[in-house]
Amino acid sequence: MLIRPFGWNEFWIIVMAAQWTIALSAIAFAGGGIGGLFIALARVSDSTWLRLLATGFIRIFQGTPLLMQLFLVFFGMNILGFAINPWLAAAVALTLHASAFLGEIWRGCIEAVPPGQREAATALGLRYYNRMRYILLPQASRIAVAPTVGFLVQLIKGTSLAAIIGFTELTRQGQIINNATFSPFMVFGTVAAVYFVLCWPLSVLARRMETRFSRATAR
Amino acid sequence: MDVRHDWGGPKLYNFNFEPVLAGSDQLLIGAWLTIQLSCAAMILGLIVSILCAAGKTSGIAPLRWVIDAYIEIIRNTPFLVQIFFIFFGLPSLGLRLSPNSAALLALVVNFGAYGTEIIRAGIESIQKGQVEAGTALGLSKLQIFRYIIVKPALRTVYPALTSQFIYLMLTSSVVSAISADDLAAAGNDLQSATFASFEVYIVITLMYLAMSVGFSAVFSVIEKAAFKYPLSR
Repeated sequence: MLIRPFGWNEFWIIVMAAQWTIALSAIAFAGGGIGGLFIALARVSDSTWLRLLATGFIRIFQGTPLLMQLFLVFFGMNILGFAINPWLAAAVALTLHASAFLGEIWRGCIEAVPPGQREAATALGLRYYNRMRYILLPQASRIAVAPTVGFLVQLIKGTSLAAIIGFTELTRQGQIINNATFSPFMVFGTVAAVYFVLCWPLSVLARRMETRFSRATAR
Repeated sequence: MDVRHDWGGPKLYNFNFEPVLAGSDQLLIGAWLTIQLSCAAMILGLIVSILCAAGKTSGIAPLRWVIDAYIEIIRNTPFLVQIFFIFFGLPSLGLRLSPNSAALLALVVNFGAYGTEIIRAGIESIQKGQVEAGTALGLSKLQIFRYIIVKPALRTVYPALTSQFIYLMLTSSVVSAISADDLAAAGNDLQSATFASFEVYIVITLMYLAMSVGFSAVFSVIEKAAFKYPLSR
């Protein structure tokens, strides 16, 4: 195989691969947002069974490596009769992963709403749906913004593991270019820089929102 | 006679755990390697964190900038890319590491960035009066740092620190990507030898789960032993 130098062309191929990282992160974040909402609601529900089920789900995903979750979904799909597809496996595994983490973060946010709010809503005759929809979730969501953006950074970084099951996103594109150019310092330096450009603004944003929020709630 | 109907749906998969059982020694050795690697990285990472946190609170501006840059770079890039950079990229600067040393270095460098912020939060929770009281008692700077700042700071942030430790142990599975020795690598070997992929990885995942439960049990024992003095009277 010919070894070619690392030039602008290779640089742009790596930068353009970020679109797959962004796409995978967006899918996992959207799917995880929906899943996480259900997990969070199950976690604070009155039914013991739902609470146990949600807790178990969270414990399993927080107590095992994301890499193993990816492998299990990847090989598990084959068992269920689907053709092996890294793109789908990565999207499903990261969605489940994000559901568990967002579920746990949002549970904390729902519980952080002062209990008087819930009691007042109940006293006003609001049933479960309206209580959640109009009283608890709007207040919890304000608390949730900063840690949710913080988790998004973790999720974007997590998508890099999809490279190991063979999905060509940013990291895997870096590996491919590295195999052709053999200049790992430049290649992985560039890959790291692209991740930094994606993640750092979000980290700064999360931190700003957190300080602003704690200042607003401090008496 | 045993008649099986084929409904045309997905074929039932026959789970075969025998190869996993046959390779259980290999997996247990792998688990032990993961425990060793994680413990080494935790201890070294904690030292790096304490040093960086001391540097950040020292008031020397250039030192703070360097540590801040380190923290931001590590926290905003994936561990997999960091380990690739250390293992494949650093040799071009003349630093050639074995997969296992590169794995340990990457885990320590990665943990240090998160640990520093945790320890710094702990140090900032110590009231000034405590340090002044230490000075008044004639303690040396090092004694003040060790007994008045670090120990109570560690106690305050202990829950955050231990969950970061467990996260480190789980993250360490990624070192298998540069073929360092650990549980995930043992699993990869067994998987490619037996093709019982799902069975191998489900067993390994459960082993990781058991290790994270085990580590949190050990951490709560350590907490009881190390920080049992009363908080206030």
